[in-house]
Amino acid sequence: MPDIQALVSDLASKLRKRRVQGSYETARLTAELLCAVILQHKEPTTNGAASLIEAVRRVGEQLIAANPVELAVGNIVRHVLHIIREEDLSPLTDIVGELKLSAEDDVEDIAEDENSQKSSATTDGCLLKPPLLLAVFEHLPDSATACQTFSSENIFAGKADKSAKKLKSELIKAVNELIEDINTCREGIAEQAMELIHQNEVILTLGHSKFVKEFLCAAKEKKRSFEVFIADGAPKFEGHILAKELDKKGLKAIVITDSAVFAMISRVNMVIVGVHAVMANGGVIAPAGLHVLALAAKKHDVPFVVVASTHELCSLYPHNLEVLLNEMRCPSELLNFEEFSDCIDYGIASSSSLLHVVNPAFDYVPPELISLFVTDIGGYSPSYIYRLIADYYSSEDLPPQQKPAS
Amino acid sequence: MGAQKKRAAAAAAAARVSEDPDDLARQPLQAILLADSFTTKFRPITLERPKVLLPLVNVPMINYTLAWLEAAGVAEVFVFCCAHSKQVIDYLENSEWFSQPNFTVKTIESHNIISAGDALRLIYEQNVIHGDFVLISGDTVSNMSLTQALQEHKERKKKDNNAVMTMIIKKSKPSPITRQSRLGTDELFMAIDPNTKQLLYYEDKADHSKGTICLDKMLLAENPSISLHNDKQDCYIDICSPEVLSLFTDNFDYQHLRRHFVKGLLLDDIMGYKIFTHEIHSSYAARIDNYRSYDIVSKDIIQRWTYPYVPDVKFCGNRATKLERRGMYRALEIEQSRSAQVGSFTVIGYGTKIGSNSKISDSVIGEGCTIGSNVLIEGSYIWDNVIIEDGCELRHVIVCDGVIMKAGAVLKPGVVLSFKVVIGERFVVPAYSKVSLLQQPTVHDSDEELEYADNSSGTVEFSSIQGTADQSNGEMTSESSEAHKPKLGTGGVGYIWSICEGGQEEEWRHSVAPIPEDKLTELSEAMDDDQELVTQDRTALSTSGELISDSNASEGDDNEDSKDDSVYFEKEVEATFLRAVEENVKVDHVILEVNSLRLSYNMTSADCAGAVFYSMMKLAIKTPHSSASELQQNTANIITTWQKLLKSYLLEIDEEIEIILKFEEMCLESAKEFSPLFARILHILYDKDILQEDAILRWADEKEGADESDKVFVRQSEKFIQWLREASEEED
Repeated sequence: MPDIQALVSDLASKLRKRRVQGSYETARLTAELLCAVILQHKEPTTNGAASLIEAVRRVGEQLIAANPVELAVGNIVRHVLHIIREEDLSPLTDIVGELKLSAEDDVEDIAEDENSQKSSATTDGCLLKPPLLLAVFEHLPDSATACQTFSSENIFAGKADKSAKKLKSELIKAVNELIEDINTCREGIAEQAMELIHQNEVILTLGHSKFVKEFLCAAKEKKRSFEVFIADGAPKFEGHILAKELDKKGLKAIVITDSAVFAMISRVNMVIVGVHAVMANGGVIAPAGLHVLALAAKKHDVPFVVVASTHELCSLYPHNLEVLLNEMRCPSELLNFEEFSDCIDYGIASSSSLLHVVNPAFDYVPPELISLFVTDIGGYSPSYIYRLIADYYSSEDLPPQQKPAS
Repeated sequence: MGAQKKRAAAAAAAARVSEDPDDLARQPLQAILLADSFTTKFRPITLERPKVLLPLVNVPMINYTLAWLEAAGVAEVFVFCCAHSKQVIDYLENSEWFSQPNFTVKTIESHNIISAGDALRLIYEQNVIHGDFVLISGDTVSNMSLTQALQEHKERKKKDNNAVMTMIIKKSKPSPITRQSRLGTDELFMAIDPNTKQLLYYEDKADHSKGTICLDKMLLAENPSISLHNDKQDCYIDICSPEVLSLFTDNFDYQHLRRHFVKGLLLDDIMGYKIFTHEIHSSYAARIDNYRSYDIVSKDIIQRWTYPYVPDVKFCGNRATKLERRGMYRALEIEQSRSAQVGSFTVIGYGTKIGSNSKISDSVIGEGCTIGSNVLIEGSYIWDNVIIEDGCELRHVIVCDGVIMKAGAVLKPGVVLSFKVVIGERFVVPAYSKVSLLQQPTVHDSDEELEYADNSSGTVEFSSIQGTADQSNGEMTSESSEAHKPKLGTGGVGYIWSICEGGQEEEWRHSVAPIPEDKLTELSEAMDDDQELVTQDRTALSTSGELISDSNASEGDDNEDSKDDSVYFEKEVEATFLRAVEENVKVDHVILEVNSLRLSYNMTSADCAGAVFYSMMKLAIKTPHSSASELQQNTANIITTWQKLLKSYLLEIDEEIEIILKFEEMCLESAKEFSPLFARILHILYDKDILQEDAILRWADEKEGADESDKVFVRQSEKFIQWLREASEEED
């Protein structure tokens, strides 16, 4: 049986070493890990939900501390906590109803209980939707035994444990839904492309975002013809990759430099960009360079549309962002070290070199500059984001989670 | 016999390796990490702690190497421990490296190993390496990706079984200053085949004074193209095939990886083993070889060139550190006085206390240090649990764990304080000194020792560990020991190591302190010299051999560059001229040649005119003659023949004057025979329309105010000048 702690530290170390990057990937891995945590959690007979919440939170804190910049981790953790709280409440209402029926149902209940406990295969079948769970289980080679122990434990725990077990199965179902949501969020976003992109429009984007790519391709597939300006997104120049991909799809793409966005913005009908995280006030944390683009769009009253999935929704407010939530990346992305090695020379009398290179990964774009958020659950204006956050996260989880991140 | 044995062994190794090429491809990548550099550069610190465990920006060095190996996809690492092996093994056991899921770290321990060669021989005997492996020492910091280099290596290996090693190199600035100030190493020369990237020549100890390197002429004969580099830097990361280990076993005299193994392979043409290079571009790789590279690499890490191996990323279980504005890294629970000024590019470790009005800049402070008030720390490396009392000054120094500096003590640049040293009140430690609790081991007078730390250094290191405890205890109390050592102020504990003979000169090269101004100018002068040598070389090349007179060398001793240049230029022109006369070259061609010389030496046409005239006169005087009149006749002939050449440089009156002055000079110095003929030859020149009367008159006017001695020739040609003057007046 794989030690859950090993899995947690594995993901944490991947996050720490920056080997997992990007909100989509981190969100998916975090959700899968939390699913395993819930699955293997041995809860006490009383107050199962509370101990589960505690367990998930502990894991979450480790993951968040591993790379505070990847906000998606915290988002998923908080969302899972929220799911647990919700599920914890629903049995209470169930129990009230159940009490009325309990007299007649008792025998049946036990039978049903035993049924599910005897064959873990059926438990598997009814608990978990096969394709999704398989994905989870690939990371857990011994998950079958995990299920076995979980169900056999329940045999001995008997009927008293029933509600807890039910809670767990409901939870697994909900978390699986979450994973599915994460996996399918791109399609959800792309579906709305037709409403936003019109015939013969000129779209401007910056860098490379998978959401934007899917969004544009979806419109193209529906026979919309339009052209795309791509700002190349220095220093990584991922815009070039996007240009290649769009070319394969038969879309007309024009590559410009980041610094040319203002010169080009007057010809553009709409700016569509992907972001790193959406903050609680409706502002976004985005690849460096987007703030300039947003200001240019504002100046020319070009709509600035942000495509984001719900797992990018972050419950934090942006205070002191440039220090706390930025990642200073490697200067060699900007300068060739060999070329400048004589400038970056500390061995010569004046104790420190004069040339420094700063390479921040992110920008903060305030909500006033954003026209619309296109998410997998529909389009929203920046001022509505706080409502979405209330839907997605429980307020109890906010303060303790905020600590490690800030 | 030896060669035969070698061949047999290599064949056996090859057979073992090439059993199944597909199997090889699936083989997980292995690495050998040498946790001992087999040098003494980091003494006295390395007497008490192995080099790989020395903190580099508050993280023991070996972690950078291991983290990189893990990221580069290495599955199994053999850490070879020698000196202080127990410390290394203990450290690794308590670290998280032993519990990584897809990354195994195994230690190999040995105490009687004295070189990298021995270590590899031992590993070969253990028979643990089954495929290609990465050979690296535990003091290398890199963030490069191995994928491409590995791929290239494997493909080459498939085609050519003799391609046993791929050496990772990196471009660097060719200037010796940069090399010196960045790495503290000498220049490195490599010859690489530009097409196949095969390494053909490797020289890291080039003799600078000569400014030349010697290449085997076979190298040029055998290779269609070859490019020589002095702008490459060796990263000391090698991808090796298993044959490398057997090669070390066969050649039991190989000790040093580069000096013996690489050079040995390059010279050995019987086996035909080849080494290739792979150049990395944007990624970082450097090895910490001495105190200077320790300083430079630390600063590169703080400037994030090694990303993701930077202090605020927890790549190896290091403490959480936050990056703040202006490149300040701060761990948690730091107590800092409000009035303390912590400057940019500084790292401050967990739980350190900083007193009021202290100034810290460009430094790394370890964990749990206590820094008093009014302390000045600049460009220094303070390790853990150091106590620095009020008013101390530290500039460009390394201070190891547990050192106590009493109030007012001053460390001059380049000082290294080893573990637990105590510096007394207001004591000033002189620049570049090294202070340790351990006494300096007696110096063995063998040159070899410093080269590759042989027997003695290994054993000394080992015995001194055992001695550490009692020695340091004894010191605290014993008065007698203080008698024969320089005291470190009141209450000071420790020995100041004497710098070994000849070391004084070299000390600045490898120290953490910046290179002093005078050495810098020396270096840049040396660079100019180099350039001069180049021109000198070209002189030697462009003229045919016989014409380089011995005087060339003696004249080269003149230190004034410009004069040197003009002397060389004159020689060149003369040689060209003589050749032209001998071989009957057309005048036009000579003009062309002289013009090209003029361009390459950056001379004016007046210089050309002077030089050409000088050569003509030289020729005249060399032509056999019995009397002055005959000499005059010869001169007239030569002038007539070559007047076109001379005229092509006489564009203005200034050049004509130059010729007269030159002639005057010759008559006074090198060709005294001409002196009685001065006026007559002047007349010939006038007749041939080479000199105009204006020029002669101007020259005469200029000489008017000169000393009597200078007027000899004006006097001599007074008549002629008089005549000229009258003629011009008549014309008027």
